[in-house]
Amino acid sequence: MDDSITLKGIKEGLLVTVKPDGRWSDLTGRLITLIDGQGSFFRGAQVTLSLGPRELRRHELANVRKQLEERGVILKAVLSDSDATLDAARKLELRTTLHVTELVEEQSEALELRPPPIDPEEYGSPGVMVKRTLRNGRTIHSDGHVVVVGDVNAGAVIVAEGDIIVWGRLRGIVHAGAGGDESAVVCALHLAPTQLRIAGYITISPDDKQRKPRPEKALVRNGRIEAVAWE
Amino acid sequence: MGARVITITSGKGGVGKTTATANLAVALANLGKKVVCIDADIGLRNLDVVMGLENRIVYDLVDVVEGRCKLRQAMIKDKRVPDLYLLPAAQTRDKTAVSPQDMIALANQLRGDYDYILIDSPAGIEWGFRNALAPADEVIIITNPEAPAVRDADRIIGLVEAEGRKIPTSLVINRAKPDMIRRGDMLSVNDVLDILSTPLLGVIPDDEQIIVSSNRGSPLTLDNQKSPASEAIRDIARRITGAKVPIGELERKKGGLFRRLARLFRRSRA
Ligand SMILES: Nc1ncnc2c1ncn2[C@@H]1O[C@H](COP(=O)(O)OP(=O)(O)OP(=O)(O)O)[C@@H](O)[C@H]1O
Ligand SMILES: [Mg+2]
Repeated sequence: MDDSITLKGIKEGLLVTVKPDGRWSDLTGRLITLIDGQGSFFRGAQVTLSLGPRELRRHELANVRKQLEERGVILKAVLSDSDATLDAARKLELRTTLHVTELVEEQSEALELRPPPIDPEEYGSPGVMVKRTLRNGRTIHSDGHVVVVGDVNAGAVIVAEGDIIVWGRLRGIVHAGAGGDESAVVCALHLAPTQLRIAGYITISPDDKQRKPRPEKALVRNGRIEAVAWE
Repeated sequence: MGARVITITSGKGGVGKTTATANLAVALANLGKKVVCIDADIGLRNLDVVMGLENRIVYDLVDVVEGRCKLRQAMIKDKRVPDLYLLPAAQTRDKTAVSPQDMIALANQLRGDYDYILIDSPAGIEWGFRNALAPADEVIIITNPEAPAVRDADRIIGLVEAEGRKIPTSLVINRAKPDMIRRGDMLSVNDVLDILSTPLLGVIPDDEQIIVSSNRGSPLTLDNQKSPASEAIRDIARRITGAKVPIGELERKKGGLFRRLARLFRRSRA
């Protein structure tokens, strides 16, 4: 069993101890999986992260805080032996100490985690499917994903909480992850939007008409929107 | 039954709707069709001027709708061709004097006696456009090979689609300049079709003879003049009647337009 992350109930909420080795991104990914696996069990919980000597920068902490927030979990405090990490935590206005008593009190029992439920049924995710060209002046809003089989012409607008997939040329304005989901993507057979947004990021198409159109996927990576081959 | 009602529209102003309507009407009449054109641009009428019939107007569209005259009384016969009539717009009223229902009723009154009813739509997407669209069996979208005109055409095609009547729509690209297209300074026919994905009915070159003829009130297609634009418009008229005038390979392929225009120029010199 992977013990790189342990969760423990304490007076202040939940103490999450992350082993000092291993890649931070892998570990946060695992933490999120753990939380997601428990359904809404952790919703509203206040979390203290115990990180040992690991050195983290401010944006790394900010990211994990954001991911937790999206699941209704509040990052309260960070415990660390690294000055750099403590510094980063303070800049984010996180607490960096706990009263010893708080740690001691409920130390006794580690939280028993339910295994993630296995459900053979798939209910899919909500979405809109448009089987025609979206012309100038049309706007589509969706709480889920939007799939267009056809072109999205300049002057057309799509705003989706989820992903946007265009089986055609995308030349209009699109906003994926409009509710703040930075993992949302925009895919098109020919990605040439007037403007493309994912969550809070925004970009415009590079002006290289010479480039041969190819299927591309736009996603948020390294703090900006990047386009990669869509395959 | 009877006439096909074809509305000529564009979204953007000044792209050549009125010019195309007048010239197509004459060309269709010259093919032996019974044609009536309706100027739906109330308040800014000028189909009558382009057709050279302005001085014969007594009654207009609004007089008919408001019952001041019979439909026949308002229709002006163009004596230069066998069967061509104009129902002029009112100059002094605004577009709200006529409703979409009025236009449908009017078209229905005329259907039995004609082969084609051409409606010249005003620019824009408001009331006047709605009036022009209401009775349409078909729509011809006119655009220029310029981004703003193509944008507006796209908007209009979307609005026509949104009518939900599945109105067949085709595209005429007007004022194409082969030199500019070749230099990459103007959108090519393919560029426009890429964006609009609408069947192409024809391409009319930019031609100063058009301006000369509009000033004279004598549509280019009247006297079988051999100018590039009149040839192109006559081809479009024949396509409207169902004749197979090649367009596909010639104009869609890269450089096709140039070859085709070159051919037209050659013919015009012969
Ligand atoms: N193929 C052409 N070559 C040269 N000039 C043209 C051509 N087509 C139209 N024009 C000129 O463009 C101008 C506008 O044409 P026209 O009045 O037919 O446009 P319209 O779309 O009806 O305008 P509006 O929206 O104001 O009704 C006129 O001066 C006309 O002579
Ligand atoms: Mg006009």
